[in-house]
Amino acid sequence: MSSVPENNQGFWSRVFHLYYDGFRSMTVGKTLWLIIGIKLFIFFVIIKMIFFPNFLNTKCDTEQEKSEYVRHQLTDER
Amino acid sequence: MEELINVVDWSRAQFALTAIYHWLFVPLTLGLGVIIAIMETIYYKTKSEKWLATTKFWMTIFGVNFAIGVATGIILEFEFGTNWSNYSWFVGDIFGAPLAVEGILAFFMESTFIAVMFFGWNKVSPKFHLAATWLTAIGASLSALWILVANAWMQYPTGCEFNPATMRNEMTSFAAVALSPMAINKFFHTVLSAWTLGGVFVCGVCGWMMLKKRNLDHCWRSLKVGAWVGVIGIVLTMITGDTSAVTVAKYQPMKLAAMEGLYKGNHEQSIVAFGILNPSKQAFDDKDPFLFDISIPYGLSFLATHDFKAFVPGIEDIINGKSYDNEGNEINTVSYAERMERGKQLQEMLSQYSAAMNSGNTLLQDSLKNIINADFKHFGYAYLDKPEEAVPNVPLTFYTFHFMVTVGGFLLLFLLLALLFVYKPNILNKAKWAKWWHILAIITVPLTYLCSASGWIVAEVGRQPWTIQDLMPNKVAISDLSAGYVQTTFWIFAVVFTALLIADIGIICKQISKKSQTDLNTVKD
Repeated sequence: MSSVPENNQGFWSRVFHLYYDGFRSMTVGKTLWLIIGIKLFIFFVIIKMIFFPNFLNTKCDTEQEKSEYVRHQLTDER
Repeated sequence: MEELINVVDWSRAQFALTAIYHWLFVPLTLGLGVIIAIMETIYYKTKSEKWLATTKFWMTIFGVNFAIGVATGIILEFEFGTNWSNYSWFVGDIFGAPLAVEGILAFFMESTFIAVMFFGWNKVSPKFHLAATWLTAIGASLSALWILVANAWMQYPTGCEFNPATMRNEMTSFAAVALSPMAINKFFHTVLSAWTLGGVFVCGVCGWMMLKKRNLDHCWRSLKVGAWVGVIGIVLTMITGDTSAVTVAKYQPMKLAAMEGLYKGNHEQSIVAFGILNPSKQAFDDKDPFLFDISIPYGLSFLATHDFKAFVPGIEDIINGKSYDNEGNEINTVSYAERMERGKQLQEMLSQYSAAMNSGNTLLQDSLKNIINADFKHFGYAYLDKPEEAVPNVPLTFYTFHFMVTVGGFLLLFLLLALLFVYKPNILNKAKWAKWWHILAIITVPLTYLCSASGWIVAEVGRQPWTIQDLMPNKVAISDLSAGYVQTTFWIFAVVFTALLIADIGIICKQISKKSQTDLNTVKD
């Protein structure tokens, strides 16, 4: 992939090779990327989607309704 | 009511757990970022392969910590939306702006240049690579800046106006939010404490390698930078700690009183150097707050105001709204009972505002909005059942504050000693007790983490029961969830974050052990 001398490559090509060659030559980095992947999957797919919905979005459809809900919470409920 | 308290407690516990775990990763990124940038600068100047090897060694450790820690802070934002929805709505615009700047500018910058830092050794010029390393370190600090600005606003809400039509606080001055004295102090105190931690971490790892007699030249090179960054970090942390105390005394006097276990204030107030609190002490009883204490005369007056004679109010004075000038004249402040009364009037006005909105009476709306905003600093007191509810957990605040200060003093001595050994290595090389210093260096690493976490506990527990100082207590800020729901997610986070921490420590230790057995005076790509 890096057969063209780098000085002769365009900017985006050099950026691509920076990442491509960087990822290819990683050693401990591969383990780290695996951990990052698993972590992001747990955070965004499992935790966020199942356990952490936006509470107000589950109760109200519009911004106006959210204002009213919070007003009710702050003036009547507590 | 009991269910509500349970939800508040579990939500707070969950936030504390995730914030503290997140904070285990962040300071090392901030501290090591600066250290590797300095090391690479030395390499750039000297072209010495030894410095390149040393830079790459610490860069690997930095990379592991960064990779494991990245995105752990996003969990806190999940919690805002789910557990703290009233709070999130109430502050949305103000809290959103710094976090957006953080996400778009700082994190983008950090993550762009970190790729150049790791992948660009043979791809970009040495000068550009050095710039990328510095920009990674600066980006990490800028990232912290905006998070800390948001946190500082919760401690000292400023630069905003409450809009009763939307029930949100709206930013009136970005500069007032970003440059508030609380934000500036918090940023420098926090980031500089991270430099200290980075310096101590380098000393600790070198201590271990020296104990094993591995790569001693590399250790001395590392210690030279680590000790200097650590010493500069701890000295500046102490200076910013002093200015933070003045800011806290001015804007959060209850926190300062709790930090010192001070119930009845005085002029020429002494500071407790060491003390054991009386566990049964409550505000307004006649019991002595301390079972035992050693105090330094005038200390707290000076710490709080830089004036040895100044009056420092205690918990009971603050509740009663009593303070005094240097001539002993009473200064009229507002008692908590009165603040509760005024808060309840504001709450009532909000209901009237709602009725005026429904009837389309805009004149009444405008008038009520002005009245509400004029007295809004008392709004949160409407939700207190009694004035004493606004007193934070005194023992936890007191002990963590004193632990932080004591360990901070120890760190100064430890790092100065490390610096001495850097310039007089024969002292350590010839000493029979050298191995004890190496062991001390290793033990100091977890101690510094505890010190750092203690600082956050003082800052956050000390301002309870407020989610936003004086405007919104926790029990109003939280969502209408069941305690069981929050408990479940608490334990999920406890498991996930513990696994990440074990992975972090495991991989870092493995890398240190593995690399320490190679020759760190030459570079092997």
